[in-house]
Amino acid sequence: MNQPLLVTATQKAGPKVTLAVGGVILALLIVLPLLSLLSPDNALHVSAYTLTLVGKILCYAIVALALDLVWGYAGLLSLGHGLFFALGGYAMGMYLMRQAAGDGLPAFMTFLSWSELPWYWTGTSSFLWAMCLVVLAPGLLALVFGFFAFRSRIKGVYFSIMTQALTFAGMLLFFRNETGFGGNNGFTNFRTILGFGITEPGTRAVLFLATVLLLVASLFIGWRLAQSKFGRVLTALRDAENRLMFCGYDPRGFKLFVWVLSAVLCGLAGALYVPQVGIINPSEMSPTNSIEAAVWVALGGRGTLIGPLLGAGVVNGMKSWFTVAFPEYWLFFLGALFIVVTLYLPKGVIGLLKKRGEQ
Amino acid sequence: MRVTASAEFMLEPAFFPVEPNKDEGTSRDSIGLGQRVGPGLDTRHGTILTLEDISVSFDGFRALNNLNLYIGVGELRCIIGPNGAGKTTLMDVITGKTRPSHGKAWFGETLDLTQMSEVQIAQSGIGRKFQKPTVFEALSVFENLELAQKTDKSVWASLRARLSGEQKDRISEVLETIRLTTSVNRQAGLLSHGQKQFLEIGMLLMQDPQLLLLDEPVAGMTDAETEFTAELFKSLAGKHSLMVVEHDMGFVGSIADHVTVLHQGSVLAEGSLEQVQDNERVIEVYLGR
Ligand SMILES: Nc1ncnc2c1ncn2[C@@H]1O[C@H](COP(=O)(O)OP(=O)(O)O)[C@@H](O)[C@H]1O
Ligand SMILES: [Mg+2]
Repeated sequence: MNQPLLVTATQKAGPKVTLAVGGVILALLIVLPLLSLLSPDNALHVSAYTLTLVGKILCYAIVALALDLVWGYAGLLSLGHGLFFALGGYAMGMYLMRQAAGDGLPAFMTFLSWSELPWYWTGTSSFLWAMCLVVLAPGLLALVFGFFAFRSRIKGVYFSIMTQALTFAGMLLFFRNETGFGGNNGFTNFRTILGFGITEPGTRAVLFLATVLLLVASLFIGWRLAQSKFGRVLTALRDAENRLMFCGYDPRGFKLFVWVLSAVLCGLAGALYVPQVGIINPSEMSPTNSIEAAVWVALGGRGTLIGPLLGAGVVNGMKSWFTVAFPEYWLFFLGALFIVVTLYLPKGVIGLLKKRGEQ
Repeated sequence: MRVTASAEFMLEPAFFPVEPNKDEGTSRDSIGLGQRVGPGLDTRHGTILTLEDISVSFDGFRALNNLNLYIGVGELRCIIGPNGAGKTTLMDVITGKTRPSHGKAWFGETLDLTQMSEVQIAQSGIGRKFQKPTVFEALSVFENLELAQKTDKSVWASLRARLSGEQKDRISEVLETIRLTTSVNRQAGLLSHGQKQFLEIGMLLMQDPQLLLLDEPVAGMTDAETEFTAELFKSLAGKHSLMVVEHDMGFVGSIADHVTVLHQGSVLAEGSLEQVQDNERVIEVYLGR
């Protein structure tokens, strides 16, 4: 009788510790923007730089979580999630450019001596429509891509390569001035959002809090999915798709649902990233960005929801230090990190912690 | 009604499982399996599966060669034959995994299996156990059975699904039948080979198909387990139709009333086990040792 009791005790302690740590982190994330509102002379003041950096990492954490849903649960390794993130960012950027331009054309269009807005810019001066685009652009692209990919039963490496090709194609397209998204400079020099100055401490704090809210909401959605029968079907299709089909499930609908959901979450994260960082350009779609996201997930632990958040935090924390200290070596370090994780930490940091906890 | 389902994209199942009959419970046997033939399936002439002139070739190699096979409603049919005879390929054809280059395959009188997707075939009432035991290794024994359960298997239903008391009872019953009650929360990947075989059989029971295809179900089982499986299959026959591929002659002898011998992709002989064992051609190619 002793042993089962002991086992249940540790099993109960696990979630409690996780919840406690999560609660503390959440409290810190809520306090941080408030501290940034203090006067700069105050000892507790948080600089705009720090707030932006943390806000940016939170956006990446949402991407990591979204990628974990498709990779960790459904076994679809996407190397193109940067595209969905960037599309959400560009949709928000269109609105911000219209705000900055007032009644005129966005600056880069005047520069190209265009006289009117391309048709797809219609309505982007409305915040509501821009928000719709934030969801629709990545969502529809994911829907169409996923529809054909899953119908043709493309999986594994082939799927990964296709997503990588997709984001690369997106980057090349957005690099062109004719595409109408500012070419290689992208969008920058934003002024206001909903009439509020974009660099004002109050606006920054609200954007930061919105990011925290989106992160918590994504985590909740992910957790509910993982707990549901839907989540178990995803795990089943990851491990034995044939068996699942002969049980009478059509894997395509399940894949498509989680794939589109993941893309939309990325788009929303991108939309919050752009006003905080103040710029969006095609380099966000570069293949390395999407690969980096996979490293966050692998490092933190696939299929754990919390792990990828941790991974995104740790890798990006290191990155901001590295790129100041030894900028040339960052990519080598990232590569080495990926190899070490693949070889020695197949279940990521979370897997390691769990093992420790059980011992 | 002829089903002309193409391989087109399909989000929702084309065949919704039929609501269980309300007074079906009274006639359920010890394993709790229900109706003899699903309400949707037309088996007027007493055949549940009709295969005519089926051929399959892989790069010119004929794995199945003008094969004809009829399985009656409630029948327990054993298929034997040397390695490479095409037994697994035959199951692949029935379940839609492999398309025959020509020939007819009917489930009941109306469902054309060659025109249906794997998922549609599974939903219309054909269950399959693979030669290599295949279970969802990362999930628990309970969850494996839960996923296999006969119910609405669409995306939306899965998002909102909650197990009813009745469904939980059904899972407990099957757990009892396959003797895995004590391993209910164990991860399926950690089970022994024989236990995985039983779990997969249990998943078939949960799925409650009208036709069960079992590819070498007792491979890797102990004698006692084999004997138990024979009893289980015999109790299933009648309410369900079974097609069992097996090498173990002792096992075949203990369950089958009707045996089909497959050789080089076509039927060599058919009849009772004794008849087949006395057949000279069979002795020549298969039993002649
Ligand atoms: N996908 C395939 N590609 C090529 N040859 C195959 C394929 N599947 C089966 N075969 C061949 O078809 C023959 C029948 O195989 P199979 O049905 O597995 O035999 P059995 O199950 O009776 O042992 C074998 O010679 C096998 O090599
Ligand atoms: Mg075989």
